[in-house]
Amino acid sequence: MSESDPRQHLDQCIQAGKWAEARAALEALWMDRPTSANANVVSAQAERLHQQQPMATARVAFLRSFTLEPVVPLLRAAAFVKGIRLESLVGEFNSYPQEILDPASALYRFAPDVAILAVQTRDVAPELWNGFADLTSDQAAAVIQRVADSFRSWITAFRKHSQASLIVHSLELPAQPSHGILDSQLSDGQSDCIRQINQELKRIVAEHRGVYLLDYDALVARCGRERWGDELKWLSMRMPFAAESLLRMANEWLRFLYPLIARPAKVLVTDLDNTLWGGVLGEDRVEGIALGMEHPGASYLALQRVMLDLQQRGVLLAIASKNDSADALHAIETHPEMLLRARYFSATAINWNDKADNLVNIAKELNVGLDSLCFIDDSDFECARVREALPQVRVIPLPKNPSDYAKTLRESLYFERLSLSEEDRERGRLYAEQQQRTQLSSAATNIDDFYRSLEQEAEISPVTAATIARTAQLTQKTNQFNMTTRRYTEQQIAELADREDRTVYTLRVKDRFGDNGLVGVAIVHHILDGAGIAEIDTLLLSCRVIGRTVETALLAFLATECRERGAQRLEGWFLPTQKNQPAQNVYGAHQFQKIETKDQGTKWSLDLTQTDIKCPEWIRVTTPTSINREYACR
Amino acid sequence: MSLLQPPSTVNTPAVDKIRQLASDVFEVPLSEVLPVSSPDTIATWDSLHHLNLVLALEQEFAIQFTPEEIEQLLSIELIDALIAEKLQA
Repeated sequence: MSESDPRQHLDQCIQAGKWAEARAALEALWMDRPTSANANVVSAQAERLHQQQPMATARVAFLRSFTLEPVVPLLRAAAFVKGIRLESLVGEFNSYPQEILDPASALYRFAPDVAILAVQTRDVAPELWNGFADLTSDQAAAVIQRVADSFRSWITAFRKHSQASLIVHSLELPAQPSHGILDSQLSDGQSDCIRQINQELKRIVAEHRGVYLLDYDALVARCGRERWGDELKWLSMRMPFAAESLLRMANEWLRFLYPLIARPAKVLVTDLDNTLWGGVLGEDRVEGIALGMEHPGASYLALQRVMLDLQQRGVLLAIASKNDSADALHAIETHPEMLLRARYFSATAINWNDKADNLVNIAKELNVGLDSLCFIDDSDFECARVREALPQVRVIPLPKNPSDYAKTLRESLYFERLSLSEEDRERGRLYAEQQQRTQLSSAATNIDDFYRSLEQEAEISPVTAATIARTAQLTQKTNQFNMTTRRYTEQQIAELADREDRTVYTLRVKDRFGDNGLVGVAIVHHILDGAGIAEIDTLLLSCRVIGRTVETALLAFLATECRERGAQRLEGWFLPTQKNQPAQNVYGAHQFQKIETKDQGTKWSLDLTQTDIKCPEWIRVTTPTSINREYACR
Repeated sequence: MSLLQPPSTVNTPAVDKIRQLASDVFEVPLSEVLPVSSPDTIATWDSLHHLNLVLALEQEFAIQFTPEEIEQLLSIELIDALIAEKLQA
């Protein structure tokens, strides 16, 4: 049979232990036929791959008012292709309220990482869906209130009983409102009433940490309201999806699961010729490349717009192109229609070298791991080359037709995220300032002079409601200068901050070039059994401020704080990973003694009664007075 | 790839495709899916897998079954016959 070829190819790759190739073959098999039948085949093979090359596993629970079981195999296969293995629990039909409210229910016993609350308008607001014409305005308002209250109670109860992330479906609008075209003219028509619930749902979701809204109505609308469902399947088996919609539902869930489970890419590395513009610069010259408001240049301009949107939400842009560097930069700066001028790119590698080598250099220059890079190129050859040489790099191959480029990048999972901090918005500017600092570093003759010239100011304070999101994000994203690499969600940070025996500190660093933002976290466990030990649970710095003695200032602060709270020893583990070598000697360099070795990890201790850590004279440390007040209370 | 020709009374162009889909959905070897196979002979052919098979068939052949038809699709032969009918219609 025709499909035996990609299947056999995948089988052979797994047999031969060619893992990178097997991953690519798995994706090819799925992209070739993303169907209900093929989903089982993909998942079975991926499970074998997982035995050899373990993937991140996540537990997903579905709380639902309708039949969604047939979507789950498609979701599982699509997730496997992106390197995520799912274990799922589908709750009992229509018993989601009991499952959410009962702390001993199967839902909580399953201990999900993520739960999806998938209920529909016709189930939670049947009066609005069917028979809306019978309702008075007051009755409709009462239904809206009742439904919003129900959602609030479910979400509050879920948050009380579980740390898991929760994805909540919005309610869909009817394809044919009961008042026909009059519905749009009414101030409280059927569609408006449902929209009011959705608005309220958005507020409820925002009130809770780790709860996210999936705009189910927008998904249905994108696919076409009249094609989304199959009325007969609904009537006979309570399934609101047509066979063709199952994949769309699965992919939409995956857009949420991906950023919750995998880490988003940080850098988009783009090709130039036939990607950022049409044509080959070396042959067509600046005047000849296609770029602008009209066809065919509009497709390339649209792709640049998507990249700029990504840059605005904190993704760094970089170029890897086989071109003459001077010509390419000239085109970028002078072409009248170019949207992405040179200042938007944090790194450029324009030369005739192997692109894989260039990607390695870009990662080094930006101080990120290869798994932070995402590579986009129109050339199948370059995509294949990068996949083979650097399997950690995520690759977005562009489709054949340039008019689909922008859509392809917009639909990519790799940059999806569920929250955005101020730091994310500012990142592009921050990296530009970093380049200036690097230049200054090469000008300074003596390292102490360089530190002094930075005029650094470190602001250390306990975490606040405003900084919880960034704090959790730092624990999740920081790989290099991270002593223990413990990852925390926003809810967990909030819980730690509330505990008597824990303090979560955040560090903000400013210097003469600007504000680096929140760049450090320390979590201290004050062991309250009288032993006088304060244990550093987490100590991390963003790579933006590595190598500037900021860690010394932070440790000096911690030593003083813990001593004042009565601790006699300050202790902490260093747990090595593949990436945290920059943190390896931190404790040793600050007079801690190694007291324990377990597996690969080492535990270090500082005698606070005998030793002091001196804050570097070139860093001014400020602490809000609230810290002292807090201690006075205890 | 050579397939063992199963003993068969019907042999439309679609039957091999249907057998392959059934083999994927029920997660049994292709050689065990025969035209006479039914929920009685394939252990994993339960109601949920039946729905998955129906959806796989709808995706593959771009057709839609009615609830009455879905209840009748209880062997590979019956599925093949109904699909042939729907594709001709």
